[in-house]
Amino acid sequence: MTVHRGPVPTADDGEPRFSTWTGKARGWALRRLPPDKLLPEDQPSYVSSWIYVFGMGAVAAFAYILGSGAVLALNGPTWFHASAFGRFINSTHLWSVELFFMFMVIHLWGKFWMAAWRGGRVLTWITGMLAFVVSIVTAFTGYLLQTNFDSQWIAFQAKDALNAVGVGAWFNVADLGQILMWHITLLPLAVAAIVALHVVLVRMHGVVPPLEAAASDAQLRSTAPNPATESEDTK
Amino acid sequence: MLGIRQADAGMPDTGIYFQWGDFLIQFGNLVVIATMVVLFILALVLPFPGRRSRK
Ligand code: HEM
Repeated sequence: MTVHRGPVPTADDGEPRFSTWTGKARGWALRRLPPDKLLPEDQPSYVSSWIYVFGMGAVAAFAYILGSGAVLALNGPTWFHASAFGRFINSTHLWSVELFFMFMVIHLWGKFWMAAWRGGRVLTWITGMLAFVVSIVTAFTGYLLQTNFDSQWIAFQAKDALNAVGVGAWFNVADLGQILMWHITLLPLAVAAIVALHVVLVRMHGVVPPLEAAASDAQLRSTAPNPATESEDTK
Repeated sequence: MLGIRQADAGMPDTGIYFQWGDFLIQFGNLVVIATMVVLFILALVLPFPGRRSRK
């Protein structure tokens, strides 16, 4: 290990030069996502449209899903299937899922018709698509936990497809305990991680300029070059 | 016939369906899709509040 005495060594341009992996990781993160980009104070004027609200709408619905899900998990099925208040919380859990998917789909339509994958934002699009797919699997396991005739019906509709693709042992729709674990631990964690990455990617690249924006628009000319977008923003 | 109704046995309601030729959709699904289309259009046409003159 090297011990630095005195000020942090810098390159010619005054940028700190790091020699350890922790320092290099910090330098990389700071270059790609400086604090003012991570938590910005304002956005370009084209962002003042309702269509940009649906991504955060989906995040808000997801936060409620996690909170109500935790309450359901801690009180157990004899509470949420039998008592009036338990059934109420169970219902709000379902309705926030309905809102989550509605907001997500409207968000997807919006991003599709503004071709929001432009300018090096392909990973943002891909993580969004992954969030969609993994959320569908999560919702599917939730429906199985109703343990009613609906659950039985969709389980038997799904089992052959799941077995055919070879995941039947680890994702066995007839094994309630296993499906419960998928639903309350692994899948919510996966959705949360994908959504977190998705939002961080949006912050790194900044909001995509509208299709009709001219490359000469003052708002698109940033004062400092953005290494995350390689100045492809206006393509 | 057996003296129990579908609902008593915890059986889900068969629901209301609409059919146009080959196209068949359940009422609840139609409501969800229609709501999304309406929200999408409203999001595009309604003005966003609190417009600031800052860039
Ligand atoms: C779990 C579901 C999702 C959540 C919580 C979510 C959240 C967000 C948020 C908060 C933003 C920034 C604000 C905005 O423009 O709305 C955003 C941007 C974006 N989302 Fe999603 N999203 C989700 C699903 C999707 C899906 C399914 C797609 C498309 C396949 C997608 C594609 C994008 C793209 C391309 C951007 C960047 C737009 C830009 O740079 O201007 N997202 N998302």
